[in-house]
Amino acid sequence: MAAPSSSNRELLRFITCGSVDDGKSTLLGRLLYDAGMLPDDQIEALRRDSRRIHPESDALDFSLLMDGLDAERQQGITIDVAYRYFHSARRNFVVADCPGHEQYTRNMATGASHADLAVVLVDARKGLLVQTRRHTYICALLGIRKVILAVNKMDLVDYSRDIYESIRSAYAELAVQLGISEVSPLPVAALWGDNVGAHSLGMPWYSGSTLLELLETAEVRPMEGADFRMPVQWVNRPDQSFRGYAGTICGGRVRTGDEIVVQPGTHRARIARIVTADGDLNEAGVGQAVTLTLDREVDVSRGEVLADAARPAQEADQFAAHVIWMGDEPLLPNRGYWMKVGSRTVNARVTSIKYKVDVNTQAKLAAHRLELNEVGYCNIDLDQSIAFEAYATNPILGGFILVDRQSYATVACGMLDFSLRRATSVHWQHLDVDKRMRAQSKGQLPRCLWFTGLSGAGKSTIANLLERRLSALGCHTYLLDGDNVRHGLNRDLGFTPEARVENVRRVAEVAHLMVDAGLIVLVCVISPFRSEREFARGLFGDGEFLEVFVDTPLEECERRDPKGLYRKARAGEISNFTGIDSPYETPESPEIHLKAQGVSLEAIVDELAARVLPSAVG
Amino acid sequence: MNQRPGHLDELEAESIHILREVAASFQKPVMLYSIGKDSSVLLHLLRKAFYPARPPIPLLHVDTTWKFREMIAFRDQVAAAIDVRLLVHVNKDGLRQGISPLVHGSTMHTDIMKTAALKQALNKHGFDAAVGGARRDEEKSRAKERVFSFRSIQHRWDPKRQRPELWNLYNTHIHKGENVRVFPLSNWTEMDVWQYIQLECIPVVPLYFAKERPVVERDGALIMVDDDRFVLREGERVERRMVRFRTLGCYPLTGAIESCASTVGEIIAEMAASRSSERQGRVIDHDPSASMEQKKQEGYF
Repeated sequence: MAAPSSSNRELLRFITCGSVDDGKSTLLGRLLYDAGMLPDDQIEALRRDSRRIHPESDALDFSLLMDGLDAERQQGITIDVAYRYFHSARRNFVVADCPGHEQYTRNMATGASHADLAVVLVDARKGLLVQTRRHTYICALLGIRKVILAVNKMDLVDYSRDIYESIRSAYAELAVQLGISEVSPLPVAALWGDNVGAHSLGMPWYSGSTLLELLETAEVRPMEGADFRMPVQWVNRPDQSFRGYAGTICGGRVRTGDEIVVQPGTHRARIARIVTADGDLNEAGVGQAVTLTLDREVDVSRGEVLADAARPAQEADQFAAHVIWMGDEPLLPNRGYWMKVGSRTVNARVTSIKYKVDVNTQAKLAAHRLELNEVGYCNIDLDQSIAFEAYATNPILGGFILVDRQSYATVACGMLDFSLRRATSVHWQHLDVDKRMRAQSKGQLPRCLWFTGLSGAGKSTIANLLERRLSALGCHTYLLDGDNVRHGLNRDLGFTPEARVENVRRVAEVAHLMVDAGLIVLVCVISPFRSEREFARGLFGDGEFLEVFVDTPLEECERRDPKGLYRKARAGEISNFTGIDSPYETPESPEIHLKAQGVSLEAIVDELAARVLPSAVG
Repeated sequence: MNQRPGHLDELEAESIHILREVAASFQKPVMLYSIGKDSSVLLHLLRKAFYPARPPIPLLHVDTTWKFREMIAFRDQVAAAIDVRLLVHVNKDGLRQGISPLVHGSTMHTDIMKTAALKQALNKHGFDAAVGGARRDEEKSRAKERVFSFRSIQHRWDPKRQRPELWNLYNTHIHKGENVRVFPLSNWTEMDVWQYIQLECIPVVPLYFAKERPVVERDGALIMVDDDRFVLREGERVERRMVRFRTLGCYPLTGAIESCASTVGEIIAEMAASRSSERQGRVIDHDPSASMEQKKQEGYF
């Protein structure tokens, strides 16, 4: 680490909340101007832009400094998060400038995740609005505990002290409700700079600090855990003689000789060295990027957490968590996503949405899905245990993102709250007879053939003939038909996207059990969504799962219409029908691609049997 | 004592975290080395991040053949002194066509010798992540740039497809053929860069320090006459003036500033008193005012 020096100062990261109407961009621009941070050429450019947009006035429009992207400047709103850098005589600042509209909740959450403090703007003429409550809620959700309340446009209410006082006390109440522990209020007129960088002449009754002074002196303790934690980012192994674990410490302090535990797990070791390019350290703390070596050989990989052995992190695979949905497609329970937490990436499913939160009123509402910018309180299930901490204790081990497994987009962020007791009370029972033994006794290799395609494509017909063929050859098989399963196990499910996801999940789990029992399972379900088919594939071992795409064109399926369903769907009698008013996502690389038209069924079954038999009766 | 580190320590640790994330998450990362002060800092951080191992990320310099001679000399000196591999790429087609900023103008020269050349090099080596030294404080449209900035197979930047970045969690998943530009210095300012150079004694190209140099005043900028490819226009005359450079690029496109600051300390003092912004000397940045955004969409770094 660089040695401390006079040029090495404190850095305050803050976020500004408010909409364009509140004069947020103007306030920020004014703050930079008053702090002397605007170079002459930028002021000159600003003067030109101001005159072009407001030909009638000579005043500088400070809001023009802040809106960076073309599209935004044209629409006159700040869509994305913009980061600004400035310093005063006493401190360095990074400010995340975020849009305030409800449709940009995700941007505000992003900005808030990088902030120690929030400046909340209120228009003195309007008082507290729905958006004030929303902005404060999102800040509190992301763990910000300190707010500067800037009551703006005081010039438009004749610098009235009464108006300021009533807004101040109303906000104090709101802050308590939402868990903001500290509020510093002040009255400003951003357009004229009153109480921004200099004290206001119009408000002699206000003797407190200016905005700049408040930012310079705010004492900010960022949320960070007290116990030593470091997610391993990179295993540093230049040669046989050195093996170090590189990462950024996210909790507590560590000293050479300290005993640590590698989590998840119970392997322990002591810290041998704390290595940096500037020489070894005796100890290191939160925020430092270091490389640790251990006094004995233990197996540690990226994603694992080194933790204080006396006070380890919790481990679990099921959680309750707040989720802020950021994807264009809605969150569907039971769909698989990747979760990244610390330096670890695992498979995750939201098993249920307990409720969603109205971001404006904080009312809890029932929900089956989460749309873009909605906040929900959810149960989350992982495919393996992770070391974690509640977000409120340690944001790095409690904050996570969800990534869509097809588009690779970041579709959500979330804050882990606590582990669900089931994770520790439901244990996996290990059995003496395993899949291999069960399969051997049947003289076959278990397989799952997953037939997907439109209704009427011929999935069941083909699978039925194939099962007859295999059965005649002495194979142990089972045909799991989507329609039939809906008569029993899945009787409670309809045809909405959520229900389809759950339908496929259950069928996949049953097929998985049957393969575990040593059977060759033929599954026939439309399974229109790629992600559910990928989920099914993920349950099986290498080569066990064969996706069979029965590729019959929609017109042909509709012409056949064996169950009369297309006719009903076209007539509007049934809805959510795949191919009509619900999408079918074509498999990208199925193991077997059947273009059923013009080929005899016999030939198709021959082909399939040939794919299964050599290994099946091997 | 739980002492909060200063801002340079915090920025250094953040950059190291980002570099380690790149090495751990991508198949074939590369660091774009442009020889300037930001690249010097980046290279310094790269070696710190993986110490005591050799950095697992090679360097790539896209040479437009119009860089200052002192830059190339500095580059070769650095390459000889360190344990990191340096690749140099020149757009051979452009070279054959004789593309020159003096003849074809800054836009065409930058398009062919810089933007297209970079795409060529990334495709040729199959790099899936390219680390660069851009900072958010450089320019308005950069203020919204992500640390991990996604590019399509055509290397285009689509502002709507950029991913939200929360905490220090970076989503590094990409499809085959897509690539990422990574900016570990996103949160640094020009002042931070110089203070860090001073604190860590990082060598930089001597062109940053004031010296008497031969310059020509052209279109309001002071252009240094660095070799005999520079052709004087009517009425222009070469003068020797005390100048230095705030940013470095192709010499005919890079304006010098008049200055007497000949040490890092003096540069910092001059900047503290300065009233003009860093990219002012860059000829390619001037108007239309959203031009950087356009260049980025086309694949400029």
